[in-house]
Amino acid sequence: MSTLITINRIYYLVGFIVMLLVGMTLKDKGNPKRYTTALFWFLFGAIFLFGDIMVDQWGKSVAYRVIGFAVILISVLAGTGMLSKGSYQTTTHEERKVSSQRLGNWLFFPAVLIPVITVACTVLLKGVSIGGMFLLDQKQLTLAALCVACLCAILAGWKLTGGTPMQAVRQSRQLLDSIGWAAILPQMLAMLGGVFVAAKTGESVQHVVSIFVDPNNLFLVVAIYAIGMALFTMVMGNAFAAFPVMTAGIALPFLITGHHANPAPLLTIGMYSGYCGTLMTPMAANYNIVPAALLELKNKYQVIKVQIPTALTLLIVNVFLMYFLAFL
Amino acid sequence: MDSSILLPLIGIPIVVAGFALRFNPLLVVTVAGLATGLSVGMDFGMLLETFGEKFVNSRSLATYLLILPVIGLLEHYGLKERAQAWISSIASATSARILMLYFLLREGTAALGLIYLGGQAQTVRPLLAPMAEGAAVSAYGEDLPQWIRDKIKAHCAACDNIAVFFGEDIFIAFGAVLLMDAFLKENGITNVEPLHLGLWAIPTALSALIIHMFRLTRLDASIRRDVAVWKKSSNGVQA
Repeated sequence: MSTLITINRIYYLVGFIVMLLVGMTLKDKGNPKRYTTALFWFLFGAIFLFGDIMVDQWGKSVAYRVIGFAVILISVLAGTGMLSKGSYQTTTHEERKVSSQRLGNWLFFPAVLIPVITVACTVLLKGVSIGGMFLLDQKQLTLAALCVACLCAILAGWKLTGGTPMQAVRQSRQLLDSIGWAAILPQMLAMLGGVFVAAKTGESVQHVVSIFVDPNNLFLVVAIYAIGMALFTMVMGNAFAAFPVMTAGIALPFLITGHHANPAPLLTIGMYSGYCGTLMTPMAANYNIVPAALLELKNKYQVIKVQIPTALTLLIVNVFLMYFLAFL
Repeated sequence: MDSSILLPLIGIPIVVAGFALRFNPLLVVTVAGLATGLSVGMDFGMLLETFGEKFVNSRSLATYLLILPVIGLLEHYGLKERAQAWISSIASATSARILMLYFLLREGTAALGLIYLGGQAQTVRPLLAPMAEGAAVSAYGEDLPQWIRDKIKAHCAACDNIAVFFGEDIFIAFGAVLLMDAFLKENGITNVEPLHLGLWAIPTALSALIIHMFRLTRLDASIRRDVAVWKKSSNGVQA
């Protein structure tokens, strides 16, 4: 059965928007590194726009190698400081005040449409098809719904303000440039996670733990699992990537097999311990660094700084919760 | 001990050192990936293939970029200014109260699976941050210095993260729960249902709620102290 809004078509849309921004960056004489900045985003956008076509045409092996090479090029461009911000056409604070008074609370309307339509489509269009065609990608329902919601919000914003979708894309360039390389870090970390799994890192962790820790000391092993999840998450930037490594390395052999822990509370609290790590690491760019850029904070680590007291307290609480709840 | 068992871990010190030396994270991660792969004997071509495959398969992580044009357009026409004006018309609104209300709504809806009801690009930048900042501006004046504004805005981002992280695992269809479930089944443990995983998320979710709400109850006073410091120092300059 075919689908109208597939996740791949959403990737084409992302790629298309990124390419529009590449064009604008190329013409932006106010950007001192416009060619390399444009190349960075071009490579990124091309993977969205042409990734699937390359896989179809060249086969997985060749296509993935070319993309892998492009990814390395992206990281070299970022790593050698070849990205820069440009100049942007914006309104002044006074102009915005006048227009906000003119439009009133209607200005909230398109912004509120995004979450409302996303949730409504996720709930109402699940499994819905017309003439043998699913409206939304059933495997990536939320993302397809998010895409529909963004398109509706753009149209509503157009009607409301008179600003065209093209103008909307133009206005987003400043946001994207201030996010910069952090926009790509989550995917880079997914890549690193893949390499770690292929390299069987979990077995090494188990080995190291068995050398240094007495497996009969239950509290110590529990603490190492919880704190290890947090630390490894801080390195990987993502609790999902740390989870299989630390759980296969510590929880499964020492706690579930060794001490007959109840798996449900053990793993759930273990995952949450990883989340405590997510709150404390710049590697979790989409949660900690991108927001700092979006909010134009002077110190890009300030969100992490605010989160650390809650994260550390909660991590300690988690160690005790795990120790008591998993061995009831 | 056979030291080759430690080779797959080489990526970890590279990431830590790279960060400590302030290299660009994209470069650090790429080098860590290359070093890990090569040290366990993957050939370069295979490694490139793994890089490309994982990058292509994780493109969904970047779909939030679709939200940026809407936000850019609305801000161009004064969305932030409107949010600040609206919140200053509500006399009882303070930065901390707005954040507490948001935290409760966000953790509650996340527990019901409505994770995309909020987010850093969707709600924090266009709505929550201007409102929390606007409440402080209407209390302390337009010339509120940037460092106090930044502190409030950082709290907005933190509030969203903490609320959604510790709410979402209660919802059984969320990715983390499915990941744990798949891991257990893969390892031959079949007597655990996703529902159990969701239930055991509740103690940590409540702890997160208590800890962070306690911190937020002290935020208004903390902002007041910051304002006192600022007033004192700016008076000092004038004198």
